Amino acid sequence: MKQDILLQVDDLRASIDGKEILKGINLTVRPGEVHAIMGPNGSGKSTLSEVLAGNPAFSVDGGTVDFHGVDLLALSPEDRSHEGLFLSFQYPVEIPGVSMVNFMRAALNAKRKYFNEEPLSATEFLKLMRQKRAIVELDNKLASRSVNEGFSGGEKKRNEIFQMAMLEPRLSILDETDSGLDIDALRIVAGGVNLLKTSNNATIVITHYQRLLDYIKPDFVHVLYKGRIVKTGGPELALELEDKGYDWIKEEVDNK
Amino acid sequence: MGSLNQYIELYLQHRNEFAQGAPEAMNRLRGSALEVLQSSRLPERGEEGYEKTSLEKMFAPDFGVNVNRVDLSADIAASFRCDVPNMSTLLGVCVNDTFHPTKGLQRLPEGVVFTSMRKAAQEIPQVFDAYYGTLAALTRPEVALNTLLAQDGVMIYIPDGMVLEQPLQLVNIFATPAPVLAVRRLLVVLGKGASAKLLVCDHTQPAAVECLSSQVIEVVLGAGARFDYYDIEESSVRTSRVSGLFARQSKDSNLLVNGMTLTCGTTRNDYSIDIDGEGCDTTLAGMAIGSGKMHTDNSSVVRHLSPHCSSRQLFKYVLDESATGAFEGSILVTPHAPFTEAYQSNKNILASPEAKMHTRPQLEIYNDDVKCSHGATTGQLDQEALFYMRTRGIPEQEAKTMLMQAFMTDVIDTVRMEGLRDRLRHLVEKRFAGAEAMCGECKATCHKGEDNAR
Repeated sequence: MKQDILLQVDDLRASIDGKEILKGINLTVRPGEVHAIMGPNGSGKSTLSEVLAGNPAFSVDGGTVDFHGVDLLALSPEDRSHEGLFLSFQYPVEIPGVSMVNFMRAALNAKRKYFNEEPLSATEFLKLMRQKRAIVELDNKLASRSVNEGFSGGEKKRNEIFQMAMLEPRLSILDETDSGLDIDALRIVAGGVNLLKTSNNATIVITHYQRLLDYIKPDFVHVLYKGRIVKTGGPELALELEDKGYDWIKEEVDNK
Repeated sequence: MGSLNQYIELYLQHRNEFAQGAPEAMNRLRGSALEVLQSSRLPERGEEGYEKTSLEKMFAPDFGVNVNRVDLSADIAASFRCDVPNMSTLLGVCVNDTFHPTKGLQRLPEGVVFTSMRKAAQEIPQVFDAYYGTLAALTRPEVALNTLLAQDGVMIYIPDGMVLEQPLQLVNIFATPAPVLAVRRLLVVLGKGASAKLLVCDHTQPAAVECLSSQVIEVVLGAGARFDYYDIEESSVRTSRVSGLFARQSKDSNLLVNGMTLTCGTTRNDYSIDIDGEGCDTTLAGMAIGSGKMHTDNSSVVRHLSPHCSSRQLFKYVLDESATGAFEGSILVTPHAPFTEAYQSNKNILASPEAKMHTRPQLEIYNDDVKCSHGATTGQLDQEALFYMRTRGIPEQEAKTMLMQAFMTDVIDTVRMEGLRDRLRHLVEKRFAGAEAMCGECKATCHKGEDNAR
């Protein structure tokens, strides 16, 4: 049932500045699923998300990524976005002088152009902004400011989910979306993600802690260590990690 | 003497023609100007203050000077329209070096003067005589050359207490089938408590060949006066200019100068601002968007001569392809100017490996009670921001354009006219998108040829 697979990562290897970070990642994500990727610092979690999103700073040294029948690695970052990949950044970038409105309009209209659709009218666009903003309770004032400029940590993360809502991706990768969030912001962000979940899209949640997984329930939990997925389980694995830490897994792997 | 020779010879051969019909105040400075020129030469590249720009080379080509003031171009002025949305201006047009008022100038409020220097010398002789040539440093050879050859110019006078709401606009147009040097001169005098805004636009008709403008601008602000000077250069890559703006502020006056180079060949702008009275505020801003082989050089000196004044300088460049830029800016705080606040910033983006920027910010402070800072950065577009935008689906080129445009935001934000700010955003966006930076609305004259071709 190949059609049922949204993302198929096979033996993905990647490096930065000659240093190998991903040493053969295998991952299968089907529509409707939530995958959590956990692991100690420096294991390659963020690199995996950056490589999937197409950050030119990393070089892909091997492996394949099939994204609903499309060779993901052959696409530019913008085309990956058009094809339905979304990365919520761990550290959303501030872009002084570019208003959220212009940013979002450029993004949306580029996607429409990719699919040979007419650009949205100003009215349609603003209406859409209003609807999607409500999902993460993002203030109108923030939407009229420069992208992420002067936003608090929580506002930045809510802004990421707002953008996700606007772009309606097939696969969202949330990179440490919980970092820097207080409990209220976490609830709002997770609530937004759950609201956007359908049986046709999927989510990969990258996180250190079980905390976020209380709100966004994973179907699968993977442990990434030293550039490989070394363990896969159900939600109970996250609880076990919360309880026991990563040392037992490190030992298991290192003593092999 | 170098390239000055041809101009000195031209002057000596046509002394009478140069003086004929020109105001006495202009004529009486020619002798001193000639003396300066006979014992000096134009600065060359690499000399102090001219690290990257050779005035010698800029004036070297065999430019014609319209000594006999043949006016071939009144129709261009007559048909000129500049429809910046939401901004109706009181418009004057200067074709090559000749001023043409438009009908709109008949509506000038009582006492306001916006006319040729020849007329101004008759209408307000005491003001013209009192200020012409008093600020521009005649010891500078390029100023002396302008003073020697200037036959006319433009004068703006706003009397005491007059607040002119409607902006003034001066459009300089090059229209010439043969290489020409246009000697342009502008004198602006604002009386006590007077207020005005001036927008200057430089254009070159597409059919025009190599042109050079030599311009000297003198701005005198009375006590409490407020003046905005916006200068948008969107000429052509075959047009060069050597421009010097000399301003003096009396107490409690407010001066904003913003020079924007969108398209040019080689441009050298000198700004010299004397803050000579307590409680003054000064903003000197500028931007350059370079591509091809454009060269933009801004040099500034802001002199704080009195206590309790503040000044800000902000210059930004985005240079693409083989474009080059230079900035030398200085703040001088004299012993007489305690409690000065003076800031200077120069930020540049090099968008291609071939583009080059030279920057030299300077501070000279002879006083302890001051707040001053200066700084310069030159770098590339923010790669993280670029990637972030691309992950949202914004194509790389469009993202770059948006970032470059965003970079210029704070320069545009210094503009105190909303209609002009909107227009500038649009012009800058178009310029970065690769189009020639031209007001679409100017095509009534400047782009007639293109229109016919469409």
